[in-house]
Amino acid sequence: MEELSTMRNLMFMLFIGMLLLGSGIFLAAAKGQAAEDGKELLMATTTSTDDTGLLDYLMPSFTSQTGIAIRWIATGTGKALKLGENCDVDVLLVHAPQAEIDFINKGFGTTRKEIMYNDFVLIGPSEDPAGIKGKKLPEALQAIKSAGSIFISRGDNSGTHKKEQALWKTANVVTPEQEPWYKQSGQGMLATITMAAELQGYTLTDRGTYITYESAAESKPALVIVVEGDPDLLNQYSVIPVNPVHCPSVKSMKAQAFSDWMAGGEAQKLIGEFKLLGKQLFTPNASR
Amino acid sequence: MNFIQEGFAQAVTLLVNFDPATYSAISATLRASSLAMAASLALGIPLGYLLGFLDFRLKKQVRIVVNTLLSLPTVFIGLVIYALLTRKGPLGEMGLLFSIPGIAIGQVILALPIVVALTATAVEAADSKLRLTLMSLGANRRQIAAGTLWEVRLGILAAAVTATGRVLTEVGISLMVGGNIKWHTRTITTAIALETSKGEFGMGIALGLVLLLIALAVNMFLAGLRRRS
Repeated sequence: MEELSTMRNLMFMLFIGMLLLGSGIFLAAAKGQAAEDGKELLMATTTSTDDTGLLDYLMPSFTSQTGIAIRWIATGTGKALKLGENCDVDVLLVHAPQAEIDFINKGFGTTRKEIMYNDFVLIGPSEDPAGIKGKKLPEALQAIKSAGSIFISRGDNSGTHKKEQALWKTANVVTPEQEPWYKQSGQGMLATITMAAELQGYTLTDRGTYITYESAAESKPALVIVVEGDPDLLNQYSVIPVNPVHCPSVKSMKAQAFSDWMAGGEAQKLIGEFKLLGKQLFTPNASR
Repeated sequence: MNFIQEGFAQAVTLLVNFDPATYSAISATLRASSLAMAASLALGIPLGYLLGFLDFRLKKQVRIVVNTLLSLPTVFIGLVIYALLTRKGPLGEMGLLFSIPGIAIGQVILALPIVVALTATAVEAADSKLRLTLMSLGANRRQIAAGTLWEVRLGILAAAVTATGRVLTEVGISLMVGGNIKWHTRTITTAIALETSKGEFGMGIALGLVLLLIALAVNMFLAGLRRRS
């Protein structure tokens, strides 16, 4: 019995020791974090700029040329705008023009500077069950509907989802909701493409994420591009610094510097040269 | 920016107005978790009971393994089940990916170690004195086993409560295996993740409160069982 209680005391002290050690590490980490938070520019952006590797390629040049360190949160445009509204980030790089204009009109952002565009493509199974390959966009969407072929929607208020809703409207089709062939994933682009591949369905994606998917699938992607090149499929990206009047805590000088740099000659040239698996993804179009 | 207050109001609105999307998520949550709990209790109680009651050579080691499985991360379970159920996976033919039974399979893996470990612990805790008492009353081996099972019923109930809580609230498995498909496999937790990523924080909080209400209802039911026994 004596031995047992000594043992128990020992275990207890060991436990307390580990607890102290753990909280010490946690506090130190939190402190380091806080120190860094003061310096770095924080950006909210869409998944497409991060998933494709554009930011990893571009941001080291930004940091070395301006001396500004930057960190980013890649998320849907809806959440990115909300993070800006809540003063949690300093600058946005997003692609949903109408929502961006509303954001500025509400006083949450200062200016909207167009930086670059890429395009959306409609992808689907190579067997093409709705027979839409090479069709114009409105006819293609109508054919998917009348054939009842599976269509996977992002369903998450992202820039891509908003674009898809606009395209149904252009095709004079009431945006589907509960139809059995229309499935809303509520997830990111790559997860949605994977789901479309599993369910042998069509989906709308930005070209960059499709190329990423295509390369990961190596030689035999389950989904291929069926409709592309329509002017309605253009996808415009813009930079918006968060308004310091609405959020006094934002690093607005640095955010403005980022906006200027992205629209400047050096960054525009780099964006045009960025290639994913040998293919150009983004076309720079900032007005100087 | 007062999301919490907004969330409370919205939670009431959603429930009172019978918002179809919310009730669809509630139904998906309940269907997946009842399936998962039925299977994990049916498998877990006998296994846990045997683990606690029997003495065998590798018992300690088995306990350590079961206890380690309590730390299985839900995203990891989701990933493994996804790998099994994908079209390219070994069970791809069954068409269980992005379905409620698919989610339930993952949740069984989450709940089973909890039920086994807690049942075994309850049986072990009751065992030594109880076995002696029952033996002195002249019970045979089978009666001892039955008597022990009856004595540990509250421990088993506690195991069920704990496992239900985990299953109701997990998000990793539902997201990976269920795919968060609206009107089909969107559960309350994946809906919360989605609303958050949409920037609809108030709606997310409202759904969180709805989930808590469901947990409250489930626990009141289980507490009723306890009183009766």
